[in-house]
Amino acid sequence: MPVLRLLRRNAVVIAGLLTLAYMILPNIVVMVFSFNKPNGRFNYAWQRFSLDAWKDPCGVADLCGSLSLSLRIAVWATLGATVLGTMIAFALVRYRFRARGAVNSLIFLPMAMPEVVMAASLLTLFLNMGAQLGFWTVLIAHIMFCLSFVVTAVKARVMSMDPRLEEAARDLYAGPVQTFLRVTLPIAAPGIAAGALLAFALSFDDFIITNFNAGSTVTFPMFVWGSAQRGTPVQINVIGTAMFAIAVAVVLVGQLVAHRRKNTGK
Amino acid sequence: MTQQQTAGGDVRLTGISKTYGSFTAVHPLDLTVPQGTFFALLGASGCGKTTTLRMIAGLEDATTGTVSLGGSDITDLPPYRRPVNTVFQSYALFPHLDVTENIAFGLRRRGVKSVKKQVGEMLDLVQLGDFARRRPHQLSGGQQQRVAVARALINHPQVLLLDEPLGALDLKLRRQMQLELKRIQTEVGITFIHVTHDQEEAMTMADTVAVMNGGRVEQLGAPADLYENPQTTFVANFLGTSNLIEAEVVSADTDVTVSAGGGTLRLPAGRCSAPTARGGRLLLGVRPEKLSLTRADEAGTIAAGRNRVTGRIVDSSFIGVSTQYVVESPAGKALQCYEQNVEHRTGLTPGAEVVLHWNPAHTFGLDAAQDIAAGVESVEDPA
Repeated sequence: MPVLRLLRRNAVVIAGLLTLAYMILPNIVVMVFSFNKPNGRFNYAWQRFSLDAWKDPCGVADLCGSLSLSLRIAVWATLGATVLGTMIAFALVRYRFRARGAVNSLIFLPMAMPEVVMAASLLTLFLNMGAQLGFWTVLIAHIMFCLSFVVTAVKARVMSMDPRLEEAARDLYAGPVQTFLRVTLPIAAPGIAAGALLAFALSFDDFIITNFNAGSTVTFPMFVWGSAQRGTPVQINVIGTAMFAIAVAVVLVGQLVAHRRKNTGK
Repeated sequence: MTQQQTAGGDVRLTGISKTYGSFTAVHPLDLTVPQGTFFALLGASGCGKTTTLRMIAGLEDATTGTVSLGGSDITDLPPYRRPVNTVFQSYALFPHLDVTENIAFGLRRRGVKSVKKQVGEMLDLVQLGDFARRRPHQLSGGQQQRVAVARALINHPQVLLLDEPLGALDLKLRRQMQLELKRIQTEVGITFIHVTHDQEEAMTMADTVAVMNGGRVEQLGAPADLYENPQTTFVANFLGTSNLIEAEVVSADTDVTVSAGGGTLRLPAGRCSAPTARGGRLLLGVRPEKLSLTRADEAGTIAAGRNRVTGRIVDSSFIGVSTQYVVESPAGKALQCYEQNVEHRTGLTPGAEVVLHWNPAHTFGLDAAQDIAAGVESVEDPA
């Protein structure tokens, strides 16, 4: 009976923990298997602990080449989508122009379209234009599908901004450029950062659209997919774990800074 | 840095107006605010007072007319080139900067390198020395308000514009900040133009009040003058409370005699802002605190020569320092009378027959062609 009562009292906590475990478990598998030393080409069964893969992450042919390509594409796609998306978001919130409502809805179309259909249609488009498939077609495609997400993130932030803040800046001797740099941009920054992070993650991760439009270039997700046919090198798990660790570290540092600011006032 | 404090001058608005499409927010308006005065623009929401202020700040372009400051025309200058600063409604403090950087913002934009001393002086002036490193969201409403004032004043503007600066504060803090703003204004000697919908606030703080209604200035003057001698029913009702009685002129000399509700009343001709031709209509006004109340059976004790109106008490409310009575009479359905609670009075309960009486000199006369209820029970929300 006491056990039952304990369960009943902590039902919410237990349900929460179980859900959390459900979400975290796959990540833990990735991490654990990055320390495996499989007998053969497939890293699907635990054999024994080893640091071999960590000591030589580029030990598999083409892995680090595809990784660096993916990172380069992700950085440029993030930059492009963030700059364009921020401008679109400001235009949509701040200005009244013809067809503003239509543009507002059109922004969401790429999110609504099934990705695989979008990927095939993009390929059709590129082929008809006679474009050479490769880095540039992938980059153009990535900026395109990241845009909607950036616009959504930045728009939410800009909408909650008090336009009087910019008036106050102008009143206090800041010209248009100064007002934008000193007031508008810093206040919109969290929204822009959120949009940029989202864009980076989406671009780095993307397989479907990339696979259709990459021609003979191979990005990291394509490399993983391709190698999974023939065997899964432990290094894939190493890269995954490293990316995960970096992301967690960034989030932790961000929260720490925010926390300290809140407590000390600076 | 250059001290601009002494190079001030009058603010002069000439034929200034603002229209949005077919809506006229401000009708062509002439206004002069003398240097160093505390000037209030008072009116209900939507009367054009904030628009007028924003045209002085440069945040709104005037449709017609000019704004000049100390003799030079600033109509076409952008806000960041005008020697004018604003304290915004809801303060508009920069959330990403601490108190020091908020206050230093204007100095830094003008390229002043060492801001520390001046910021320190400003923090002392508004008594926020201990909060220099806080961010706006860590301050109370009153503290935020003082930062907003300091952020504007540090630039030594020729004119400080205040847009409903106390609207977001609770009553007690509002009173305190009214005194504080008045103190600061006296101390720095800068022209203050203060927009408010709160008539008490305007009257306590300002040297001169302009009452605005429907995009026009109804009347302009010192608070006491506006209160005692309203020229329109709007001013009479918006500034405090007035009893307005419809009357017909019987004779006019130095005193005007009128008939109202079956009796005769008198008022000084000098306090009548309408024509007093015999037989003409007139609105007779008197403030509730000027009225005295006497039970009908004691009417004999009322001194001769006073205006009298008989009636019946329909409502009374005790509010501590005074008791407010509503009296129904042939001259007016709901005449208001405020009696100081000096002595305990008996028999003044709802239903009692009473005589309202007052000194004829306290009566003013208005043009009867106006809406008698203009400005009554104005909605109290910040414009």
